[in-house]
Amino acid sequence: MSTRTVTYALGTTGVAPDGTPVRVPLGAPPDAEPDLGGEHLLLNIGPQHPATHGVLRLVVELDGETVVRCIPHVGYLHSGFEKLGEYRFYNQIIPLTDRNDYLAPMSNNVGVALAVEKLMGIGITPRCTVLRVIACEMSRIISHLVWVGTTGIDLGAFTPFLWAFQQRERIYDLQEMWTGARLTTSLTRVGGLMADIPEGFTAGLREFIQTFPRTLAELDRVLTRNAIWVGRTQGVGVMTAAEATNWSLSGPMLRASGVPFDVRKDQPYLGYETYDFEVPVGEHGDVYDRYLVRLEEMHQSTRILAQALDRLPDGPINVDDPRVILPSKSRAMSDMEAMIFHFKQVMEGVTAPVGEAYLGIEGPKGELGYYFVSDGSAKPVRWRIRPPAFLNLAALPKMAEGHLLSDLIAINASVDIVMGEVDR
Amino acid sequence: MNPSVAALRATFGSAIGRAMELCGDTIVYVDRAHLVDVLRWLRDTPGQAYDYLVDVTAVEYRDRERPLEVVYFLRALARVADLRVKVELDPAGELAVDSVASLWAGANWLEREVYDMFGVTFRGHPDLRRILMWETYAEGYPLRKDFPLRGRFSRAEQVRQALNANPEAHYSLEELSLADVQAELPPDMVDRLRRGERGTVPHSE
Repeated sequence: MSTRTVTYALGTTGVAPDGTPVRVPLGAPPDAEPDLGGEHLLLNIGPQHPATHGVLRLVVELDGETVVRCIPHVGYLHSGFEKLGEYRFYNQIIPLTDRNDYLAPMSNNVGVALAVEKLMGIGITPRCTVLRVIACEMSRIISHLVWVGTTGIDLGAFTPFLWAFQQRERIYDLQEMWTGARLTTSLTRVGGLMADIPEGFTAGLREFIQTFPRTLAELDRVLTRNAIWVGRTQGVGVMTAAEATNWSLSGPMLRASGVPFDVRKDQPYLGYETYDFEVPVGEHGDVYDRYLVRLEEMHQSTRILAQALDRLPDGPINVDDPRVILPSKSRAMSDMEAMIFHFKQVMEGVTAPVGEAYLGIEGPKGELGYYFVSDGSAKPVRWRIRPPAFLNLAALPKMAEGHLLSDLIAINASVDIVMGEVDR
Repeated sequence: MNPSVAALRATFGSAIGRAMELCGDTIVYVDRAHLVDVLRWLRDTPGQAYDYLVDVTAVEYRDRERPLEVVYFLRALARVADLRVKVELDPAGELAVDSVASLWAGANWLEREVYDMFGVTFRGHPDLRRILMWETYAEGYPLRKDFPLRGRFSRAEQVRQALNANPEAHYSLEELSLADVQAELPPDMVDRLRRGERGTVPHSE
């Protein structure tokens, strides 16, 4: 009787007859006992659970450790923004969007202002255009930093979280410098911005652009070829290109599956077609590719920021249109006409022509769309947010069913949800 | 105007209503009975290839005479072309339209949200439940124009209902039946769950 010595190494189930180590199979082992235990387990995750990134609740049916069925429950953070918007002037809607995707508030502010301007047929000044691009790309960076940090924690890596949040803090300082608020920025106004950038802002942002790639390189070094990270993310939660399209995924989720659609490239707004940047596209549509896409997007965002700072023109930030832009306080107090415009805007609001407009921007989470329907009054008949995180989350059961429970956490993290936007 | 509108008229004739261009976007009205056929044709016909559903929502106007509209935002990803398809529903009649969840999986949650917020029923939807509001929410449909901003019930009534909610009703009966947990529950709890979790949603006047 011959004996064979088998050496076990981390991440392997043993050694094949030819001497090569056998990798631990992803997902449930195919030869697992089908009736092991026999009974399915009903497991509730959330709404108060750190790995659900907010108040998401998942009811999971488990067979052993394998997810048989996953039922997401959303709505715990529903605030009725769309209903509130129907009772507010267009400029009063902008603060509501701060609380929508609260990890990237300036990007929401820009989106809603662009949609209202499309509805009213207002152009914006060149300086305002470039400043809004800066706002959008700063938002993309902080949103992706939160994503990479929290996803790292979900998968057991604590260090990237600290690095990511340190860098995020620097952008928050810049946001505070510009708008006076870290989170509730309310940056835009219809036809312009609430404020021009203060002195020292460009220098601060330039310093950030120069030093931030070092953090990205560190993140890359600690995660991209990390055996645990790769083993937990590759081949997990796969969506093919056809499935991603059919499930209306957008943003990094769609591009990780190999669909090269980016609103900035395909339906450009804010002059994005004049910037030199690449859109990273994945191949496999798994959690790992979503990580790679987001990491590269941060690189590209710093490129866009550098170009925007280089070309930032002088000039006014608001359009010269007394219908939508409040006159300065001194003019309103000394000039009769300016005072009338001031009074009418504050008391009656800015009216939009009868009609409707939809405008989608490439938010950090995906296509962030705003749809306005107007009946000619100063308040919209209908204000609709097209929430990218909501639609990306809808595909969670499709991605998670059949995987292990621990993979469910990785897949859920890869969606990059923010419940303020999912529940609105 | 998007050339798909002319192609639709040539194929479906009178099922295609008026079309217009607003703020650069093409909007076309479709007869309710032919909605799924039209959308399937738009998705599958080469040269149209609207393979991506951007959004589904509904619009109710302040003018009570105007019908409620269900709006479908379509996009052909390869051609980068957008088309907005609308269906008109008479608020006095049955607020129902066929589901397109069989064409686009992404429509599943979007249609649930329209049902939740406007009370529009999507026939053939695989899982038409409330999504943002809880399942026993009894005040009606929040985004309808006759729904008051602060809700239909008084604050006192809302608080009373929240305090009286069945704390055991964390799971729907469907979820419990998934894992054969229901068989192990005492009969009175099953009964409470049945009453608590699956209350019928009253129709808003």
